[in-house]
Amino acid sequence: MSAPNGVLNGADSVADHPAAGSPSTRGVGAPVRRKEDARLLEGRGRFIGDMRFPGQLEAAFYRSPIAHGRIRAIHIPDHLRGRAFTHADMAGPAGGGVKDILARTGLPGFRVSAQPALAAEKVRFAGEPVVMVLAESRAEAEDLVEEIEVVFEELPANHDILGAVAPGAALIHEDWPENVFLVSQAERNFEASRAMLDAAPVKVTRTVRTARQCMAPLEGKGCIALFERHVEQLTLWTSTQMPHIVRSGLAECLGLEERRIRVVAPDVGGGFGWKGLLQPEEVCCAWAALRLDRPVKWLEDRREHLIAAANCREHHYVMTAWADAQGRILGLDARAHVDAGAYSVYPFSACLEGAQVVSNLPGPYDIPAYRCTALSVCSNKPPIVPYRGVARTGVCTAIEFMVEAVARAAGLDPVEVRLRNLVRPEQMPFRSITGKDFDMGDYPESLRRAREMIGEAAVRARQKASEAKGETARETDARRIGLGYAVYCEQGAHGTSVYHGWGIPMVPGFEQCGARMTPDGTLEIRVGNQSHGQSMETTLAQIACEILGLDPERVNVVHGDTALTPYSTGTWGSRSAVMAGGAVASACEAMAERLKGIGAHLLQAPRDAVRIEAAQVVGPQGSVSFREIAHTFYRAPQNLPADADPGGLDLVAGYRPTVDTGTFSYASHAAVVAVTPATGEVEILDYVIVEDGGVLINPMVVDGQIYGGTAQGIGTALYEEMTYDANGQPLASTFADYLLPGAGEMPPVRIAHMQTPSPNTRFGQKGIGEGGAIAPPAAIGNAINDALAGLGVEVTTCPMTPRRLREALAGAGSAP
Amino acid sequence: MKAARFDYHRPADLTAALTGLGAAGGKPLSGGQSLGPMLNLRLARPAALVDVGRLAELRRVEERADGVLYGAAITHAEIEDGAVPDPTGGILPAIASGIAYRAVRNRGTMGGSLAHADPAADWPTTLAALGAIIHLTALTGPRESRVPDLIRGAFDTTLEEGEIISGIFVPRLSPDARWGYRKSCRKVGEFAEAMAAVLIDPPRNIARLVIGATETRHLVLEGRDIEDSAVLDAALAGIGIAADPARARLFRAVVADALSAAQTSHVSA
Repeated sequence: MSAPNGVLNGADSVADHPAAGSPSTRGVGAPVRRKEDARLLEGRGRFIGDMRFPGQLEAAFYRSPIAHGRIRAIHIPDHLRGRAFTHADMAGPAGGGVKDILARTGLPGFRVSAQPALAAEKVRFAGEPVVMVLAESRAEAEDLVEEIEVVFEELPANHDILGAVAPGAALIHEDWPENVFLVSQAERNFEASRAMLDAAPVKVTRTVRTARQCMAPLEGKGCIALFERHVEQLTLWTSTQMPHIVRSGLAECLGLEERRIRVVAPDVGGGFGWKGLLQPEEVCCAWAALRLDRPVKWLEDRREHLIAAANCREHHYVMTAWADAQGRILGLDARAHVDAGAYSVYPFSACLEGAQVVSNLPGPYDIPAYRCTALSVCSNKPPIVPYRGVARTGVCTAIEFMVEAVARAAGLDPVEVRLRNLVRPEQMPFRSITGKDFDMGDYPESLRRAREMIGEAAVRARQKASEAKGETARETDARRIGLGYAVYCEQGAHGTSVYHGWGIPMVPGFEQCGARMTPDGTLEIRVGNQSHGQSMETTLAQIACEILGLDPERVNVVHGDTALTPYSTGTWGSRSAVMAGGAVASACEAMAERLKGIGAHLLQAPRDAVRIEAAQVVGPQGSVSFREIAHTFYRAPQNLPADADPGGLDLVAGYRPTVDTGTFSYASHAAVVAVTPATGEVEILDYVIVEDGGVLINPMVVDGQIYGGTAQGIGTALYEEMTYDANGQPLASTFADYLLPGAGEMPPVRIAHMQTPSPNTRFGQKGIGEGGAIAPPAAIGNAINDALAGLGVEVTTCPMTPRRLREALAGAGSAP
Repeated sequence: MKAARFDYHRPADLTAALTGLGAAGGKPLSGGQSLGPMLNLRLARPAALVDVGRLAELRRVEERADGVLYGAAITHAEIEDGAVPDPTGGILPAIASGIAYRAVRNRGTMGGSLAHADPAADWPTTLAALGAIIHLTALTGPRESRVPDLIRGAFDTTLEEGEIISGIFVPRLSPDARWGYRKSCRKVGEFAEAMAAVLIDPPRNIARLVIGATETRHLVLEGRDIEDSAVLDAALAGIGIAADPARARLFRAVVADALSAAQTSHVSA
């Protein structure tokens, strides 16, 4: 214990070490167990659904039953006055003039869609909120919703990605000339290469589609708004990835100063992008809480989630590639459509996906001539939201199907074709044809290792055996084996230089961290992003441990609360390990200097003669623990000199990478599948990932991220599909209709790591959060097509369902 | 979604339950694994639920020389776990273990599955193939029915107002009986897209193929018909499946697999 007078003696200091594991082995690179698991696994977490405030009302929404129409009348029974609210109530003068959600971009030609929190004169997708109804319970609110009648004049619905831009399509935003948010284009050396391409020996054209999906985090969206009279502040508890962005957007809609709003994310059960938005329902609840002076809660149910909300991924590509006889790709031409839905979402806009298609389609390949046009199509479906991997899942599927097609047309081994086209390590750092700055890595090596790990030779032998069996045995008994690969690179943590050009409502820049040493020498670090599965309560504490030698168990990571944390754009774009991690390191380094200043005084040593080691300041003779230093500063300041730094042990420090164009983690995926031609059933027999995430702050956490992403990628490949009928009605409203992969569908996934440090980040770490979800549709799809190649079938539509495979097989004349 | 308002009754005995069901709008609740979601989606809006899942009369199991009579409220899990006798040499536990997920099996009941009459559920196809006899009870008295007579279409039964399934009698199979069962599901635990059950029990003179997941009534073929692809095609055409070649392909494959399994797999009753 510290002596009461603050006179210190190293031998008296309280041990900073826990019973197990020394801090030196719990810093960067250590597979530290997740600190948050005990809370979450024992049911001690607190999610929006667990929260209830006195006097709370619950909201249910009358949602548009049609996809496209004009609202002619809204009939609300008299007894619901004061409980049921429409756009007119909110946007009118009596309601304070709530503004529409506006997510502009600065991109030339972008068409702005104003999204009212409640539909105004038109409804633009089935499920769009029209009337908010409040009651003491959700069940009662749903009862009351049934009493509301809305008269619509129905308009033709744009349910199809291509139909929405066909001549004569009904206009969704009637002041636009066509249902297109933005046309994104790139032309690099393409026209100049025309003659050369025309003479190329290999030319392949393919159409590739990925389905509209729903993100389906374990926890849906939810929020509770309450006006806290004593501080005259609106507090929005909400299941969000980006509390500071939600605050800015909410302030803009409600016309409040930002100091009057606090946004808090409690435990959040997965986000994947769905919780990276300002939602209309958040605006409604906040408005109602202010108006009624009662807490107002909305908890998205799964039906709302599926039909009215978290849509993503729907791409359509027509591509042509030219190659020489060795499979070297000479040029790529693509026309893509992204179904962006009815509105531009805040803050990412309707165009992030489409523009990223253009900038990412060449992927990790060095393609010398490129042309791409991508239309961000407006349709009568829920707005598209950037889901884990954003455009890259579709892009990777598209380019990898093309690479495979080139190999098939040229009669070459697909791995060899990839090796001939991948950016090579000696080209790094490499500026891609679309201007992406690949930081470092050996892409071909990851593919070679994946080929070795999957055991290609053995798989090929097994494949031959299965094909022979198919010829002799009853076909229903025969399964065909297929092997497929995919390679991608994933830009993460890209900052100002990338985003300012977009002109969207947020531009990531400097990331900050607050660090506060408590009087007992433990540490609080405060970050403005939000951890909802990324394990940041553990990994950021490991970074503090790396700098200060303080055990992660003695570091609290505070996140997700605008009142407690510095501004941040939040958790998205695989940025937190790099950006928040960098900020934590900066803050801990600044804290180290403060600690050294006090410690040197207490040790009576020159300032430059002390160092930090294992949560102590160590001098030439003796050491003093953080606990004793903190105790002295806070509780025995009489022991400090008059010129001691009054800033003390509480500070904010910031970080920005030297180069902010992003880290590029990358991976090669390899899949072995068995396909039953008679039924179209697919089983994934083996799955291998060779990943380079730079320096891994916690390899166990990285593996967890990869497993989770891969499960979602398998969903894209084989299961997930939100379909609509010709009237724009969603055809899946429960998980019986919208299939997600479950534990039974997860193959054993084998992961190997390469660790090429990024030269641009604090520890050489790279963003890896999304990668697992990028490559599986391509790898699995290529494996399925490899299995069915002998039957003359190639499927290029995701998900590759048994039905799609059977249709293709029947079309190819394969006997049933 | 939250269920619309309903009254909940838990009667003490079967007579009280039948009386309660006679009241306007009463609907029996057994395991609730299909009815529960339908209530929450407000697709079912009964004025009252009469909980029959705990009635002693529906929880009885009676083993006889020629088979076993199960109370309708015996759960899938009880069958899976061997907690009740099995006259089929392992067929019933195997089928039960493939129904949805364990959480569903813990509560879902055989009688409830039959009454719900989802054509893609496991019990209707299985029990039709096994020749089970369904015991029905009403205040007016009991009656018996075979599965193909009870289930006349998707979610459509011949149950009368105020009548419930009280028991399921499953005949004992011969030691030489052979069985094949195949369902094609998009993922583990999902309802099947196509399913077929084959029972060949020569001493009892049974060769029966039942096809489920049809979206209408089950297809039942007997005797030599079960191996006759022309008969199968005509039957598939009769319920509209042949018009969809990709779907017909799956049914033909599933039937072929079930027949193939029945060639080799002897039950050991």
